[in-house]
Amino acid sequence: MSRAIVAEWIKLRSLRSTWYTLACLFVVGLGITTLASNSAREAYADAGAGWDPTAHSLTAYIVAQLIIGVLGTLVVTSEFATGLMRTTLTVTPRRHRVLAAKVAIAAAVAVVAGQVLMVAAFLIGQPLIDRQGVPNAGLGDPGVLRAVLAGGLYLALIALLAVGLGTIMRATAGALVTLVGIIFLVPALAGLFPSWMKGMLDFWPTIGGAAALATVPNPDFPHPWWNLAGLGLGVAGVLAVAFVLLRRRDV
Amino acid sequence: MTMIEVSGLTKRYGPDTVVDDLSFTVEAGQVTGFLGPNGAGKTTTMRMIVGLATPDGGSVKIHGRRYADFPVPLTEVGALLDAGAVHGGRKAYDHLLALAASNGLPRSRVGEVLARTGMSAAAGKRAGEFSLGMRQRLGIAAALLGDPRVLIFDEPVNGLDPEGIRWVRELMRSLAAEGRAVLVSSHLMSEMAQTADHLVVVGRGRLIADTSVSELMNAAGGGTVHVRVNDPGTLALRLSAAGATVREGLESVLVVSGMTAGDVGKLAAYHGLVLSELAPQRASLEDAFMALTKDSVEFQGVAA
Repeated sequence: MSRAIVAEWIKLRSLRSTWYTLACLFVVGLGITTLASNSAREAYADAGAGWDPTAHSLTAYIVAQLIIGVLGTLVVTSEFATGLMRTTLTVTPRRHRVLAAKVAIAAAVAVVAGQVLMVAAFLIGQPLIDRQGVPNAGLGDPGVLRAVLAGGLYLALIALLAVGLGTIMRATAGALVTLVGIIFLVPALAGLFPSWMKGMLDFWPTIGGAAALATVPNPDFPHPWWNLAGLGLGVAGVLAVAFVLLRRRDV
Repeated sequence: MTMIEVSGLTKRYGPDTVVDDLSFTVEAGQVTGFLGPNGAGKTTTMRMIVGLATPDGGSVKIHGRRYADFPVPLTEVGALLDAGAVHGGRKAYDHLLALAASNGLPRSRVGEVLARTGMSAAAGKRAGEFSLGMRQRLGIAAALLGDPRVLIFDEPVNGLDPEGIRWVRELMRSLAAEGRAVLVSSHLMSEMAQTADHLVVVGRGRLIADTSVSELMNAAGGGTVHVRVNDPGTLALRLSAAGATVREGLESVLVVSGMTAGDVGKLAAYHGLVLSELAPQRASLEDAFMALTKDSVEFQGVAA
């Protein structure tokens, strides 16, 4: 097992696209943080008593999840696109080890990158919010560290969701379109769903699944960590399907 | 020693039976040519040997075991199924290093196989910049990583220049001389004639012949004799009378079958005919192959 993990790490680090994607994650993520923090005055006026400076500085997660999803997808689909998967599964015929190693490496990279991004977004965002004379937060304030930590975990879960989708779809485009549908389209259309489906939205990415990225309690999600755990369960389900399909299908 | 044992192997894709109850063995110390027209099921068979495709029936044993049961497969079987199966953005060295790491092989093996395949200078280049010939070499280097006893190559000379073809041919020979079992597929009989000791010929997924190269040559018939003579009409008459079959070839050459060149010469001398050319023609392996597989070619051209 550890051999497969070493192999996957060599594969990931030896592609320039990995580092470009990570660079993009930080440039775009922190760029959005700066933009959002500079418009904190309007947001504060709109929010009133519900003003949450922590959540405001973490809003970059909305776009960051797409970029980290691209990274997760490519861990798998770049091998299908180039045919390398055939070589990989020939030298490691116990296929579950290959996917387990990919999941482990993607999780490790995403949790580190996602956590660093979230901490950086908070540390860059708060002084900018302060400069506009809007109430802001410090890392030591109640609930702040927890929310920032939830941000990193959330991004890692989305990366794993992308690994699962990439394995199931075996194509970059298909996996990314599905991911965009899940993280952007469904939340945008959430109001259209019948009430019996709304329960699922409590654990959906960008909706309930991201509720833990706040310090001010949301009446819809009184226990946001349960919502994040629910998202984790959903991602585990997608990965379970991916494991079964990878073992069964011819390559 | 039998290294690969294919027995009753069957694979269906929808209504098509791509590999149909195929059985053959691959022995150590020789090159086994796996021959058949395009679409005969060669690649599918090789993919089943290394577990990439699941058979619908039958089994494959390598050294008595299932491929998937090898804890360190690279040290048992090296396979080049598709030279394009590399990521174009990855350096040759890193590609091989990842493969070596996945089987716990030491890093030093990467340098060794790069040297053996003449790729040392290209180690730091990205595979996307490689010519087809270099990609074939990289694929062969990957197959050699674990110093395996069994090697499987699918169409390794496809798209290579003459120098590359000769290099692959000599490598196959030397790998077999080291005692390894080498299975090489091709749709070109002429290529196999110069490389293989043993031939497994398939068509439409079925076994057509499992034979040595020399046996196949004999089966193809004794060959013909090309004769150029001052009076073709007379000689043709005399040859026919003596029991040979004669037909007219190009540029008024007589093509004689059923008689040796020596006998044709004697007959001509007896009748006082002057020969300007007397050339025995070996039956070409290509002809033998065409004769064997003509019923199993998937898409046949229609003669105008």
